[in-house]
Amino acid sequence: MPTEMTQRQRMWSAFMRNRTALVGGVLALLVVLVAIFAPFISPFDPLEQDSYFRLMGGSSKHWLGTDDFGRDVLSRIIWGSRVSLLIGAISVALGMLAGTAMGMVAGYFRGKLESLIMRSVDILMCFPDLILAIAVTAALGSNLFNLIITIGIVMTPRFARLAHGSLLSLKESEYVLAAQAIGVKAPRIIVRHIFPNIFGELLVAGTLWIGVAIRLEANLAFIGLGVQPPTPTWGNMIREGVDVLINAPGISVYSGLSILITILSFNLLGDGIRDMIDPKLRGE
Amino acid sequence: MFNYAVRRILQSIPILFIVLTLVFLIVRILPGDPAVAALGDYASKEAVNALREKMGLNAPLWLQYIRFISDLFRGDFGISAITGYPVSTQIIRVLPYTLELTFSAILLGYIFGVPLGISAAIRRNTFIDYFNRIFSLIGLSVPAFYLGILLILVFSIKFPLFPVVGGGDITNLSDNLRHLFLPALSLALIMTAYITRMTRSSILDILREDYVRTARSKGVADRIVLYKHVLRNALIPIVALGGLYAVVLIGSSVMVEIVFSRPGLGKLMVGAIKQRDYTTLQSVMVLYTVIVVVINLVTDLVYKLIDPRIKYD
Repeated sequence: MPTEMTQRQRMWSAFMRNRTALVGGVLALLVVLVAIFAPFISPFDPLEQDSYFRLMGGSSKHWLGTDDFGRDVLSRIIWGSRVSLLIGAISVALGMLAGTAMGMVAGYFRGKLESLIMRSVDILMCFPDLILAIAVTAALGSNLFNLIITIGIVMTPRFARLAHGSLLSLKESEYVLAAQAIGVKAPRIIVRHIFPNIFGELLVAGTLWIGVAIRLEANLAFIGLGVQPPTPTWGNMIREGVDVLINAPGISVYSGLSILITILSFNLLGDGIRDMIDPKLRGE
Repeated sequence: MFNYAVRRILQSIPILFIVLTLVFLIVRILPGDPAVAALGDYASKEAVNALREKMGLNAPLWLQYIRFISDLFRGDFGISAITGYPVSTQIIRVLPYTLELTFSAILLGYIFGVPLGISAAIRRNTFIDYFNRIFSLIGLSVPAFYLGILLILVFSIKFPLFPVVGGGDITNLSDNLRHLFLPALSLALIMTAYITRMTRSSILDILREDYVRTARSKGVADRIVLYKHVLRNALIPIVALGGLYAVVLIGSSVMVEIVFSRPGLGKLMVGAIKQRDYTTLQSVMVLYTVIVVVINLVTDLVYKLIDPRIKYD
């Protein structure tokens, strides 16, 4: 019977003890499952209109009511999770890929290359996220694929800055100097020696920034620049709900609540992971 | 300090130039012909071409760029092809609304966020702390426009206390404030959540430092330790990160203006995109980025001012 816990076991036990992280993780998992199994758990077809039952409040048939076209709100919310999670996850993944590569290259090779890359990052960050997203969406168009690209572009500078800073702080570490001394080539150093050590920070940032990406998508949808109707997205639904806010507030309220819960779960999860991997905090 | 400030301001100028160039390029790769947008799809080719000539769109790109920059410096934002009015008139009309919205939100965020963060930090792991942290987390997770809609539901529809839409008469103070309250609150609550969180973690980091422990073991009263040693150092990252978040808040202000149908740069910008009014769009984006560069500049200067370790070389 082993008396010592492995590193992994210790981290997992820390995660379990951290209740907020647990709640976040479970909630996030739930949302992902809802998105994956939407066709099976959705009570109605989200596009199916029923002219007799428009703008009804909650009932036994339509738990969250119906919208202006008689479509079931609950079904549309369930299906809407697909769009938000798809865009949120893939755009962050893209941004992480592109941004981390740029940041690490800039940080390792320094000099003119670093200036070029990091200055471009500074310039891009002079645009508030949403305004950049609006401009690029107007240029590329508002379908699912292009929205993912757009938000990926907006997320890239953030990851570039993070990776650049982390790499700079690790660059003078002994193991890096040792690897350089025995002649390991630069790409191998970056990938095999430095990257595993900044992976934790990247994971935390990525988790937290999924929330940012989802919020950006909802913002765009609310303005009318998101995935176009009749596809249900949470942002679209809030916009449609505002027109009937006085009579049927549920449409906006419930779809907005879905956004809130989803972003909250990723924030909790990201915080939890951060507490887990920060050795200073684990002791407390 | 003065020399540093001047140098920092001069450094911003090339950045501003590149940003303006980027705005110029972005607007020009947007789909659609502004002349067609102005005249409608059924206009004759001659009419469209005449308007293009008049708008200077047939000139080579570098010439358009030079005109763009020189016009900006003379303060000439051009005439909107869609509305027919000078863009600067439209901007001057709505700019005060946007400025009062964003700055009141940022200010309120600091005014409420810092004390709340301090109280959460010094009463760590108590009820007040958990309460603060939950509220902060929710505040960070809620989209600003959704919060605005919820506030409208409660304070304008359920209890008709505040107007739902509009910006009110800017010259009439009480009317102005009545229209400002809910939109500013939507943004301020989120800013407060962010600042509270940052203040709390910043102070907790400082409390662990050796010099704090030394001061307390010397017998210095807790309150003096707090003000003299902890706060001054904790404020540094709070100011730096707060400035960063202020930029995000500018983006959120666009959403809040749309929700409350409040006049402002955001509403102007979204309208310009929908109507393909690229003259207005260009100018509004320029203005937004100028505001961001100014905020970054001010943040940097304040940061250097309060950090005693920086030498002004």
